[in-house]
Amino acid sequence: MQPKVATSVPIGDEVKATTCYMCACRCGIKVHLKDGTVKYIEGNRDHPVNRGVLCGKGAAGIMQHNSPARLTSPLLRVGPRGSGEFREITWEEALKTASQWLGEVRDRDPRKMAFFTGRDQSQSLTGFWAIQYGTPNYAAHGGFCSVNMAAAGLYTFGGAFWEFGDPDWEHTRYFMMFGVAEDHASNPIKIGIGKLKNRGAKFVAVNPVRTGYTAIADEWVGIKPGTDGLFVGALIHELLKAQKIDIDYQVRYTNAPWLVIRNEGGSDDGLFARDDQGNPLAYDKTKKQFVNAMSVDITPALSGEFNLPSGRKAVPALQLLIERFASEEYAPEAVAEETGVPARDIKRIAAELAHAAFEEEVVLDIPWTDWAGRKHDKMIGRPVSMHAMRGISAHSNGFHTCRLIHILQILLGSIDCPGGFRYKSPYPKQTPPWLKPFGKPGQVAPREPLGGPHLGFPTGPDDLLVDEEDQPQRIDKAFSWDAPLAAHGMMHMVIANAANGDPYPIDLLFLYMANMGWNSSMNVPDTLEHLTARDPKSGEYKIPKIIYSDAYYSETVPYADLILPDTTYLERWDCISLLDRPISEADGPADSIRQPVVEPDRDVRPFQEVLIELGAQLGLPGFVNYDGSAKYPGGYPDYMVNHERKPGLGPLAGWRGENGETFGKGKPNPNQLDKYIENDCFWFHELEPSQKYFKHANKDYLDFAVSMGFRQSPTPVIFQLYLETLQKFRLAADGHGTAVPPEQHRERIRTYFDPLPFWYPPLEGEMLKGEDYPLYAITQRPMHMYHSWGSQNAWLRQITAQNRLYMSRARAAELGIRDDDWVWISSHTGRVRAQVMTMEGVNPDTVWTWNAIGKRKGAWMLKNDAPESTRGFLLNHLINELLPERGGGYRYSNSDPVTGQAAWYDLRIKIEKVSGKDTQETWPMFEPIGTPLNTDLPDVLRFGAQFKDTDANADTRK
Amino acid sequence: MTMLPEKTDKKLGLVIDLDICVGCHACVTSCKEWNTSGYSAPLTDFNPYGADPHGTWLNRVHTYEAGEGHDGRTVHFPRSCLHCEEPACVTVCPTGASYKREEDGIVLVNPDTCIGCKLCSWACPYGAREYDYAEGVMKKCTLCVDRIYNETIPKEDRIPACVRACPTSARHFGDLGDPKSDVSKLVAKREGYDLMPEMGYKPVNKYLPPRPARDGRATTDTPTRPNAQQGKEPSSGTTSTADKFFAWADTVLSR
Repeated sequence: MQPKVATSVPIGDEVKATTCYMCACRCGIKVHLKDGTVKYIEGNRDHPVNRGVLCGKGAAGIMQHNSPARLTSPLLRVGPRGSGEFREITWEEALKTASQWLGEVRDRDPRKMAFFTGRDQSQSLTGFWAIQYGTPNYAAHGGFCSVNMAAAGLYTFGGAFWEFGDPDWEHTRYFMMFGVAEDHASNPIKIGIGKLKNRGAKFVAVNPVRTGYTAIADEWVGIKPGTDGLFVGALIHELLKAQKIDIDYQVRYTNAPWLVIRNEGGSDDGLFARDDQGNPLAYDKTKKQFVNAMSVDITPALSGEFNLPSGRKAVPALQLLIERFASEEYAPEAVAEETGVPARDIKRIAAELAHAAFEEEVVLDIPWTDWAGRKHDKMIGRPVSMHAMRGISAHSNGFHTCRLIHILQILLGSIDCPGGFRYKSPYPKQTPPWLKPFGKPGQVAPREPLGGPHLGFPTGPDDLLVDEEDQPQRIDKAFSWDAPLAAHGMMHMVIANAANGDPYPIDLLFLYMANMGWNSSMNVPDTLEHLTARDPKSGEYKIPKIIYSDAYYSETVPYADLILPDTTYLERWDCISLLDRPISEADGPADSIRQPVVEPDRDVRPFQEVLIELGAQLGLPGFVNYDGSAKYPGGYPDYMVNHERKPGLGPLAGWRGENGETFGKGKPNPNQLDKYIENDCFWFHELEPSQKYFKHANKDYLDFAVSMGFRQSPTPVIFQLYLETLQKFRLAADGHGTAVPPEQHRERIRTYFDPLPFWYPPLEGEMLKGEDYPLYAITQRPMHMYHSWGSQNAWLRQITAQNRLYMSRARAAELGIRDDDWVWISSHTGRVRAQVMTMEGVNPDTVWTWNAIGKRKGAWMLKNDAPESTRGFLLNHLINELLPERGGGYRYSNSDPVTGQAAWYDLRIKIEKVSGKDTQETWPMFEPIGTPLNTDLPDVLRFGAQFKDTDANADTRK
Repeated sequence: MTMLPEKTDKKLGLVIDLDICVGCHACVTSCKEWNTSGYSAPLTDFNPYGADPHGTWLNRVHTYEAGEGHDGRTVHFPRSCLHCEEPACVTVCPTGASYKREEDGIVLVNPDTCIGCKLCSWACPYGAREYDYAEGVMKKCTLCVDRIYNETIPKEDRIPACVRACPTSARHFGDLGDPKSDVSKLVAKREGYDLMPEMGYKPVNKYLPPRPARDGRATTDTPTRPNAQQGKEPSSGTTSTADKFFAWADTVLSR
């Protein structure tokens, strides 16, 4: 007799849709509740991002929500920084304290308040707040994350990898992925890779490490870290040699024919020749005259030297690009040793790219109209697509390398065509986007808002945020001569600069959701010193006040003075706005909200609510009415519905207008949030078939983008093979113009502000040449933890609780190292003791580890014997925020010289086996931190048992 | 000693595609999440915040490497009960707690009669059974028996939680006893295989092998020039790549 099994038990008694926050992917989820408790989370099948699936993090969200490391009440520090000694205070006291501290600085000198946010998904609010406050010192974590990708993409083709676009998974025939890319767009990429492999498209992974996505690639190119640009340059070289370039595409969509002035030593050398209206010039071969390069139906020359009416000589931009990459410097044979990729593989991959692009054309029978009004009866695509993220970004040559990848895509004609790489709204933007950074000397004043956004896209030296002495105006030195195109700021420099008073001291550091006291900072030992350093005269901390908001007891919390405890993602309102980081799909724009699924059971408040309340208490314009009353008394949901950035344009694009009759632009709709909730908390608008490709030059799409407020005008986006912005900086370095860099910066600007992309060796390795650091060291996050606050998650830490140093088995054997051995990893900055695991699938000159597994004792409510603390380690301790001190002189930040992107992956190390047999612990071992939370942690977790009794009676078939 | 049914009406099981499994653990945590409050509730965890955190999981992913150097491959291998046609874990059970269902072939453990003797986990060569030390009973994949027939959830969701979650669609569910089912066709097309068939337990679940690598290392192709568009050599007499390129490319093209 078989037992009877209850097979129709309802999951719960209530289900609520919301948006996941276990990483940056922002999938739609449905949360099942039973008796008011979260019981089960599943992916929402209707959601445009994840279409029902859910990743390893998303399904472990319950453990994040129930974590014992959740903060429970506002805290005021009572012991010294780092001790973890706090006093619980009321929200009234917390808000009063925060607004006093913030208000005092704002009245005196708003520069002295620096506001930086980490995994912030509300940057359109936090940025707006910082503008109203008036400090120039605001950014999110992009500067140490992926600004190289954003900046290279936006300056080059008005889009970017990342959340700004996707491969055309349905049509692509050849897909190349460069470096670690498991970070953003987690589920869409997995869905896409599954699809394309099942279709028989080829997947090539260029990555020093064969794990994750790379493990299932059809071909693994185990390149040396930081040499991808050289490899891509060689691919371009081969394509040029074989004449496999989509020339027609270059003429239509790029600045290939624009004439570049050749006037060595002159102030206009390398700039585009322009007519009186400022239009770029091309030479028309039919008319035999100079013409506006933007005009329709010209037949522009792509090579040759032309004598301009001004007497100057000029050549088409494409010619300069071709000359560079046709040179033997980029020949496969010349790059093979440096990249570790055999020349014949480079040649073959180039041949395969050419074959896919030109012999496997995708033709869709969809008529469309180009920007000039010309009708096309088909959409013809080159089915080659690419994706890259952190693996490219986290090198000091990442900007130019990323540009090189985009140039390769453009030369193949594969941007936003069927089978290629597709933009997601609100992209494409103009190249570069029409947005300048604010924070110049005259733009900051007590009690005054900043006149515009903190972060933008300089188009020349005049846009830099420096004073007359060329001193940086921002605490992180973004948009200064150190890092002119630092479009996302440089959060990784804030603490060191503030403690050093360089460029100036600050009074108040305000941080949100960024673990800057641990795995989000380079050089943790020095960072902790900076956080606790005192002025010898006054005895006061050099960074006098620190306010921090987080939901969990991270390593950073004990270093702050006032803690504003945030909620979990299931207890809050949020909006994932098109004004911020979009969740759009290539087929159409989308945005979404979070709604509280349960009420907090602790004395915590969503940070966004707190920020809006502080804005009201401080009387910030934009947060108060004319009579001084709070503008958004309903808190964040009130702001999400009623805030307007421009008339009709608000945080949420769906169901606008008084009755929800429109979308994009429209009056605030008092019932907007209800509409979102009815639609499972997201809004998605599918584009017409005629709008879905060639968005950079598609009239129907460009008109739509203007109507939505994505763009100011329906002019086409011109891809910048040759980037004039960079040349303007170069000219400044040669002494031209009004904004000229100080002598010490000139050579650096001259070198790295090349208007054509190029490859150069990562800076740290170059400076350590001749010293004994033979190995590259890189990191990645495991897929089940990427971008999640994973280490206190009771389920996820069962999968990974200790990281190892992974290295090539053959290389390890040479060094006498075997599995489980302990080794010293040394860099120019310090050393770390770690346990080794050998493997085959890694470049022999490369070691790597899972990042952010190592945790400090006392943090995250893990017990002191947790493997994360005893054996887990961070490579951060080996990475200096400054470049090596060699030969004296000014020490630049360890960043990309163009964008200021933190160069995490430039790290060079050496390895020695630890002598002595008894070592079983990592080093350095920091003092355990104290905690204000309940340390009575369970030894056994029986989640699910609580539902059993009621479930047993609930089978509908009984 | 527990008897097996003579035959089962269906052979429900999973087909797991090793070619596209990226090892993301979506199936692992979604399984844990569903089953810890489902038929096997709870799936106990020990030392959840301390040393050696471990617990009961009905599905795990192991990652290993096969082969050396460039012939090597990293494989992500999801492992759970294979719902064998002739499961030794059932026949070895002294109380009848382990049984194979007649109607669909699912191998289940009845927690009310399981005495926690662990004979079944010794008998299973696949390591698919998980003893819950807190509950004192054996637990294992139920193929989400409380989902697949669950009339309170939408029809398209009546599949195991792991299949529902898998982002790459590497997991498939169906009746492997029906040669016309989608899963059977997939197994036939992709030459799906049994784990350790020599043991004779006839696992129902199938694995689809990784597709052969297509790294083309045997060929020495380089891109060939497009003959149709072959341009004239430049008149200057130089034959550099750039000059050749322009001779080809710089024809009359209109914007």
